[in-house]
Amino acid sequence: MSAMTPTAMQQGLQSCPACGLLSRPAPGAHEGRCPRCDEELVFRKPASLERTLAYLIAAAVCYIPANVLPVLTTVTSGGSESDTILQGVVLLWSPTGWPLSLIVLFASIMIPSAKIVALLYLVFTVRSGSIKNNGQRVRLYRMVEIIGRWSMVDVFVDTFTVSLIQLQPLMSVEPGPGLFFFAAVVVLTMLAVESFDPRLIWDSASSKEIQPEVQHA
Amino acid sequence: MPDNEKSFPQVPEAKTVAKKRTRFSLVWVIPIVAAAAGVWIAVTKILNEGPTITIVFSSADGLEANKTKVNYNGLDVGTLTSIRLADDHQHVIATAAMSPKAKDFLVKDTRFWVVKPRMSGLNVSGLGTLISGYYIGVQLGQSKESERHFIALDAPPFAGNVAGKFFMLKTPELGSLGEGTPIFFRQLSAGQVVSYELDKGGEFLNVKVFVRAPYDQYVSPDTRFWQASGIDLTLSANGLHVQTESVMSILAGGIAFETPATDSPLPPAAADTTFTLFSDRTDAFAPPPHDPQTYLLVFKQSVRGLTVGAPVQLGGITIGEVTQISPQLDAQTMAFTVPVTISVDPQRYGVKFMNAPEGEDMITVRKKIMDSLVSRGLRAQLKTGSLISGALYVSVDVVPNAPPASLDWSQDPVELPTLSGKIDALEDNVASLLKNLNQTVTNADMLLGNANQLIEPNSVLDMELSSLLLQGGDAARSVRLLADYLERHPEALIRGKTGEAK
Repeated sequence: MSAMTPTAMQQGLQSCPACGLLSRPAPGAHEGRCPRCDEELVFRKPASLERTLAYLIAAAVCYIPANVLPVLTTVTSGGSESDTILQGVVLLWSPTGWPLSLIVLFASIMIPSAKIVALLYLVFTVRSGSIKNNGQRVRLYRMVEIIGRWSMVDVFVDTFTVSLIQLQPLMSVEPGPGLFFFAAVVVLTMLAVESFDPRLIWDSASSKEIQPEVQHA
Repeated sequence: MPDNEKSFPQVPEAKTVAKKRTRFSLVWVIPIVAAAAGVWIAVTKILNEGPTITIVFSSADGLEANKTKVNYNGLDVGTLTSIRLADDHQHVIATAAMSPKAKDFLVKDTRFWVVKPRMSGLNVSGLGTLISGYYIGVQLGQSKESERHFIALDAPPFAGNVAGKFFMLKTPELGSLGEGTPIFFRQLSAGQVVSYELDKGGEFLNVKVFVRAPYDQYVSPDTRFWQASGIDLTLSANGLHVQTESVMSILAGGIAFETPATDSPLPPAAADTTFTLFSDRTDAFAPPPHDPQTYLLVFKQSVRGLTVGAPVQLGGITIGEVTQISPQLDAQTMAFTVPVTISVDPQRYGVKFMNAPEGEDMITVRKKIMDSLVSRGLRAQLKTGSLISGALYVSVDVVPNAPPASLDWSQDPVELPTLSGKIDALEDNVASLLKNLNQTVTNADMLLGNANQLIEPNSVLDMELSSLLLQGGDAARSVRLLADYLERHPEALIRGKTGEAK
């Protein structure tokens, strides 16, 4: 579509990420501060792909214990019982409770993994300088950004349960180690989304078209 | 980029700030930390991974995979991970993931059982499992041989993992004993019956008991165990005497033990020593039969009421017991006889002035004594011990005027001559009563005879009686004359006979 649209960077301009003011960097300098709101200015988020990749790898590593370790431990007078997220899905699966089971399955298992896969896809396509499906990739990025925070609901529900169900002699609920890893996955994927600069998708596309022009100039 | 200044003159120039950049991005610390945390978790999980064992249960009642715990002294040492039916469809095989600490006690004689509410006798256990659900109890084994496959017990071996010793008791009958029956030492609860099983021969029962420390040190090889079930009532010259171990033993039975006092106490008995379980205390402390002698008694009468174990008494003192009763048919004479085997303990009766002459052993001396006794009338008789139950006992006594008999020492056991006829005390009494009655009748007869003699004709009494009667008649006549006269002359009472006076 608008692959040929020139970017601000190609024009040697920086846009402020906070107030949107377009500014020209000082001669001989690449970074600076917004003359209007004093926000730090960069052409592109620094080390965007590197950081995103680092967060993604960390998230992927944490994803394994998040699903293997129990997230909640229910202590009753008869002993304690630990459940992982997947066990919770199985536990909820019943003729009447299956929608709830599906929600947990999507929000807690599918979405975090889908986020990691989607961002990895974006990082690698940008790295390889792909110019295909640029519009779709940006839409994917926006979706990941919007949907990502909802995974945190799981952590909130668990922490509420833990703080509310403390009927000490009879029953109490304690957080499992999996919960910390799960929260780490959510936070790390959000950080990865944050550190990814979607403008990079267009850079390779426009550089292929415009780069010769700039060089010529 | 000097050209953009020309192109966008209205765009202000940004401020320049010097900034240092590092080659290595710190962001890579995050995945490293995450990976380290993940690895650490994985390593601890692998290190905490204990052995997996299989336990065979007879029923999966109350067991749940991933829920049921293996509990040792209140501590979780494992969890059942799966339960499946055995291939023979008779048992249930449960797999349990044990904690790494449990590795030490997974040995050959470690026992597992399901802890659930139980009532045996007055013992109630496992009430907590009503709320918490069943769990699996463990009793640690002593073996050094590691084992991963176990067969669960149907009942807990005994309460808790306490120090003590196991002993075996042999008893012909179980009585009111059961698993959990208490064991008393000087009326203190000192242990309990763990299990019992029929001996392979089927002749007696092996009762496995557990005696807790410190009571186990009072069990020596000489210790006597007896059934302390119920109440022992003794009515003696001193009054009524009631003895029981505890209220519980009255209701649920019990076993008591005691060691006879000796000058040199024996060391404590080793675990798994076998003892005899006596039926009562008296029995337990009776001196053990020493060199018992068996005799055969042949009765030609009914032995109804005589049982194996019936006492053999000498002068009212028990000296032995009946060991066997079996009727026999003599094919030649077509007569039924009832040979009764008795066992007599010579230690139960003392012998005065018994000294073996030189060159003769005790057996020949004993034979001589027996021969002499029999020739003097030593006979066995059946007597009624109880008029109510009709139970018989064997009385061995010297009977005067007994028909002559002798002992045949070539037989084994030796046949002791018997006396039949007066088989019971009642008959004895009736006979003596009849004898007395006879005497009375004779006396009465004599009395009548004497009376007869007194009133015979021509006797002095007779003559005197006749004259008495004559004189009586005379007297009566005189009275009549007087009466007649007075009727005609009533004034004569005052004046006398006037006619004669005229």
